[in-house]
Amino acid sequence: MIQEVGTTEQGELVINLGPQHPSTHGVLHLVITLSGETIKKVEPHLGYIHRSIEKMCESLSYRQFIYVTSRMDYLSSHINNHGCALCVEKGMQIEVPARAKVIRVLMDELTRLASHQLWWGAMAMDVGALTPFFHAFREREAINDIMEETCGARLTMNYMVPGGVMADLHPDFPKKVKEFIRFFRTKIDEYDELVTGNVIFKSRMEGIGYLSAESAVSFGCTGPTARGSGVSCDIRKLYPYEVYGQLQFEEVTATGGDCFARYMVRMQEMRQSLSIIEQLIDNIPEGEFQAKTKAVLKLPKGEFYSRVETARGEFGVYIISEGGTTPYRIKFRSPGFSNLSALDHMARGYKIGDLVAIMGTLDLVIPDIDR
Amino acid sequence: MNKEELKLRLEELSPPASFEEGAEWTTAIVDPAGWEGFARHLRSDAGLEFDYLFCVTAVDWRTYMTMVYHLTSTIHRHIMVVKVKLDRDRPEIPTVSHIWRTAEFHEREAFDLFGVVFSEHPDLRRLFMTDEWKGWPLRKDYEDPVNMIKL
Amino acid sequence: MDVVPQNIADKPFPGEVHPTAGGGILVTKLDEVINWARSNSLWPLVFGTSCCAIEMMSTAAAKYDWSRFGFEVARATPRQADVIIIAGTIVNKMAPVLKRLYDQMADPKYVIAMGACATSGGPFFYNTYSVVKGADHVIPVDVYVAGCPPRPEALLHALIALQKKIRGGVS
Repeated sequence: MIQEVGTTEQGELVINLGPQHPSTHGVLHLVITLSGETIKKVEPHLGYIHRSIEKMCESLSYRQFIYVTSRMDYLSSHINNHGCALCVEKGMQIEVPARAKVIRVLMDELTRLASHQLWWGAMAMDVGALTPFFHAFREREAINDIMEETCGARLTMNYMVPGGVMADLHPDFPKKVKEFIRFFRTKIDEYDELVTGNVIFKSRMEGIGYLSAESAVSFGCTGPTARGSGVSCDIRKLYPYEVYGQLQFEEVTATGGDCFARYMVRMQEMRQSLSIIEQLIDNIPEGEFQAKTKAVLKLPKGEFYSRVETARGEFGVYIISEGGTTPYRIKFRSPGFSNLSALDHMARGYKIGDLVAIMGTLDLVIPDIDR
Repeated sequence: MNKEELKLRLEELSPPASFEEGAEWTTAIVDPAGWEGFARHLRSDAGLEFDYLFCVTAVDWRTYMTMVYHLTSTIHRHIMVVKVKLDRDRPEIPTVSHIWRTAEFHEREAFDLFGVVFSEHPDLRRLFMTDEWKGWPLRKDYEDPVNMIKL
Repeated sequence: MDVVPQNIADKPFPGEVHPTAGGGILVTKLDEVINWARSNSLWPLVFGTSCCAIEMMSTAAAKYDWSRFGFEVARATPRQADVIIIAGTIVNKMAPVLKRLYDQMADPKYVIAMGACATSGGPFFYNTYSVVKGADHVIPVDVYVAGCPPRPEALLHALIALQKKIRGGVS
């Protein structure tokens, strides 16, 4: 059943949207069967960035494996680390101090903003608008600078540890974040002016790539991909962790099910993230930033599952432990893997330009899928 | 439904399932032959309606293998786990990709990394490794002196 | 006459005259001009596999603009590109693709291995069955950049080092 590139007996053309392509956001190989210009079937070939992370983690200690997940979904690296730290804390029954919880949520929301900014820039570039890319990266640099002062790195910040965070916040952190919020609120409105209301953009996104709610649930889609079809699946609301239970924010869903609905869900999520940061930035409690834990962690025998909401959807960490210092089996449930399986269903009957728009709204990060 | 009600309800289903104690969520243990029928009940019975399969894992326990399925319901918001014990030399299990479409990719991954064969899967072939790769990489006895550098 | 890079360590006397490419003053001056022109207009290929690709995009964006140095257009097709910046891990399945892309590039072509993964396998060196431990197992590399991921300034330093290397006539 492997489609060879060429022409099938029915006269359909089979082409590669190869591993190296500017629109695939990484190394995704799609084999597309076309009849004329209409897509008949899309088959993703994965594995071009399969780095055997799950096997590698079986020989890393519980403090070490957390930072490998930064490299999986590198745009939500804090949130991935957070999920791993939560799983280890669940296993060892560690109580995280209040200050650490608030710091973690602040970093998570800043990461979510940075990820959505980059998504917006790359999405606009895919459908042909080159300028928003530079706008998005300019805003992202502001967040990167804030992260760099506290965590030491711009992209793969190894900041979360089981029990809290690795170091305390920089004294300038509240001031810089407040300045960023004030600056970014005007920018989001600018984004709407620039792209959302644009006639060309709307005609490329509206009515394209319809995903019904039942299909979204059956394919296991999560995150804004599913919320754009009306499925309510925000882990921060359904199974609150850290301080999300005490915050006032809305879960953004849309009923359109097409690309434009998913786009609007993410734009509104950026605004919700800003409001979460505003609620927390003045109320960071004093205290410890890390709970006291032993140097070498040993999880008791058993299984532990924890879930967090990354910018792409639900990220699950499933650790099976035999009581040693390294895990017996780790499984990372990545959001992109399930979202990608719905691509074939969503893209049939459209043109290749529409396929690019659909992939943009799915917001795929391929190392997250391949692990 | 909470854990106890769910367990009572699941005990009425056939084929019969045994239960694991002390886990965070209701955990049922099923035979491979009866898995497909059990899954249909989980999906369509009123009051259960587990329509969201969110994690499919294969585990190699050296003498046997297990498939672990995590399920939840978007209507009733309950979570459960199903474990199926497989023979290590010939791990075979019926597919559930016609019940939950997400299982198509997840089962291909389990086949690729562990060698678990899913009968009647529409398209069972390797997913991450190249098609000519020999061996099942994530098994505990996998040796690869060419590629793997052990610490 | 072949151009052979002279290893200065072989010659014990610093004042000794080193034979260079033949042709006299005219051809060497022309060589210098050509090398200067080539180094100031290297067009990179859009090739990013994982996290380093984001830092590469940041280097291309407005704050750490790399088009000031001549890397103006990032071409999507290897036939029109001069330099390939390997940003990210190379795995066994991707290695033939990388080789094919390199073969499709026209001479003169240069390679920058960005990040720890492309240099030596990086964090994925031990206990992985699918990672190529260093992109130089697949194609010859000119400049290596350390970091995980390297800062945009580090990548700019690597680009400038490559430009110096080209102007020096070694590549």
